[in-house]
Amino acid sequence: MLKIEGLTAEVEGKPILKGIDLEVPTGEVHAIMGPNGSGKSTLSYVLAGREGYEVTGGTVTFNGRDILTMEPEERAAAGLFLAFQYPVELPGVGNATFLRTALNAQRKARGESELDAMQFLKLARERMKVLAMPEDMLKRGVNVGFSGGEKKRNEILQMTLLRPALAILDETDSGLDIDALKIVADGVNAMRGPDFSALVITHYQRLLDYIVPDRVHVLVGGRIVRSGGPELAKELEAQGYAAVQAAA
Amino acid sequence: MTAAAQTGAAGFLARYEGLKDHLAGARKPWVNALRADAAVHFAARGFPTRRVEQWKYTDLAPVAQASFAEPLTMVEGAITLPEPNARHRAVFVDGRFRPDLSSLEGLAFAARSLAQHLGEAEGLLGSLARPGAEPLVALNTMLFEDGLFLDLPEGVDGGLLELLSVTVDPGRPFAFHPRHLIRLGAGARLTLIETATGRGQCLHNPVFEIAVAEGATLTHGRMLQEEVTVFHLSTIYATIAAGGTYDNFTVAAGPRLTRNEIHAALIGPKAACHMNGAQMAADGQHVDTTTALEHAAPECSSRQTYKTVLAGRARGVFQGRIHVHRIAQKTDGYQMNQALLLSEEAEIDSKPQLEIYADDVKCSHGATVGALDADSLFYLRSRGIPEREAKAILVEAFLHEAVETVTEETLRTALTRALDAWWKRQGAGA
Repeated sequence: MLKIEGLTAEVEGKPILKGIDLEVPTGEVHAIMGPNGSGKSTLSYVLAGREGYEVTGGTVTFNGRDILTMEPEERAAAGLFLAFQYPVELPGVGNATFLRTALNAQRKARGESELDAMQFLKLARERMKVLAMPEDMLKRGVNVGFSGGEKKRNEILQMTLLRPALAILDETDSGLDIDALKIVADGVNAMRGPDFSALVITHYQRLLDYIVPDRVHVLVGGRIVRSGGPELAKELEAQGYAAVQAAA
Repeated sequence: MTAAAQTGAAGFLARYEGLKDHLAGARKPWVNALRADAAVHFAARGFPTRRVEQWKYTDLAPVAQASFAEPLTMVEGAITLPEPNARHRAVFVDGRFRPDLSSLEGLAFAARSLAQHLGEAEGLLGSLARPGAEPLVALNTMLFEDGLFLDLPEGVDGGLLELLSVTVDPGRPFAFHPRHLIRLGAGARLTLIETATGRGQCLHNPVFEIAVAEGATLTHGRMLQEEVTVFHLSTIYATIAAGGTYDNFTVAAGPRLTRNEIHAALIGPKAACHMNGAQMAADGQHVDTTTALEHAAPECSSRQTYKTVLAGRARGVFQGRIHVHRIAQKTDGYQMNQALLLSEEAEIDSKPQLEIYADDVKCSHGATVGALDADSLFYLRSRGIPEREAKAILVEAFLHEAVETVTEETLRTALTRALDAWWKRQGAGA
């Protein structure tokens, strides 16, 4: 599924990722934990193909394809999804139009038929109900005037509509209260299965109580310093990153 | 007559000398006097140059150096007209009223040719747009042939009317100077949808004189969509009496050079003026919106929001002057202009100008210039939307925000269509 080897990257000439090796097999959910500034968000942006994040070495293959040469939209069509830590507000772009355009762009890129407005609305309403989202969020501008929790739910809604093969959740738990956290976790868990993998990036262990990972990796200073089972998250919570880093 | 005299201001003055006994109203002394006065002004000032403050950013040299013949003959035969935007439509071809192509039956008021009803325009024509006011008004006054003459009686709800201007390319450069006279009686209402289309090497130089009486409302939507060979220089003079509203929304997208100049005066208490618009230009095009607003009475409000989108090496201009007179206490004024530059080479000049002589006023203005937001673009692309489509979504969102201020639905639909048509024409260019 996702295979990262010796990945190094810099932002504005400053090295951030200093040699990442990571493999997420199909059907597994991995967590990446790390302190602020360790390179967690950089990794997610590099994988999604954001401009300004320059890969200086290493390889990333996704289902056997080299994704580093692909445009962001090609990566999305190939099944990669990034749930943003800070979802962007798009005034003047209706949420429904945005969601349908994205869904149909991906379907088109994959040679599938596009959904008409009625088919799309039916699907979107169904998925929104699961996420306890009010229906008027379809009519509003993308993320405009949404609370922090609503924005994150809107990210998860996009994920459940686009049905990626790999979802990268970048601090999706930040800014969520416990009820919203559960709803978001349920949304992710509902997608789990043999054809879905996820990379859950988080600062805190809390989210991993609800989305139980198969593996946990600790990212410090642009390198993965430790990997282990779900119990590693608990250890981090109890002892802090410094102790885990020192032990590595 | 030498060939050199045929270009620029001299060419137009020569044409006036040659035509003055045949122009509309040539048998009416007051019309002749008005035209003669205009000719004196135009001879003295010529086309404005960039040394003139209000023309600093827009160079009329391509117009001033060209030679334009007049469309002397009526175009006969079939003309393909664009789809109507309203049930009632007054059609002008090369600036002349064409009742045979118009659909005016059932209209609640008379929509007429100015040329044929000049007698009723005495004292009105030239009262708001005085011959000496601006060189382009002088040029128009000197040579106008026809125009739309609307006089809505008190209390009449005129509904919707489209004013369509089309040109037929005669294969040589030509100029026309329509003069539109629009008067709304007390409490009258009208939505005027103006569509300018046309082709050929031409100068379209319309002047509007608009008087909105007490409590009347004129909604004036304009779509300036001529082809890229056309110079469109329009000047509007509007007065709004107590409790009246003049609502102008202009989409300028198409001509090689567009100047959308509006002079509006709020002359009675609690009058309102909204001037909004979207102007777009691509490589080699120039768009200019210049507004001058007189707050000449207390408790009036004004709102201006203009959006500019420039691609390639396009140039854009926004100049907005708000003059709050000493008497205009409790003025509520707002002006915003925003520009989106789609290329490194595009350039916008933006000049807001506030002159406030009253002490109890609320007046604000703002201006922004920027490129497409990189974060927004990445967000859309990360969802699988190809770059070109993602850009289109963001440009449309930027423009549509301006159109949201239009409440009349037919008009809003037409304006939105005009915006989208421009963007589609750009193709991959941006």
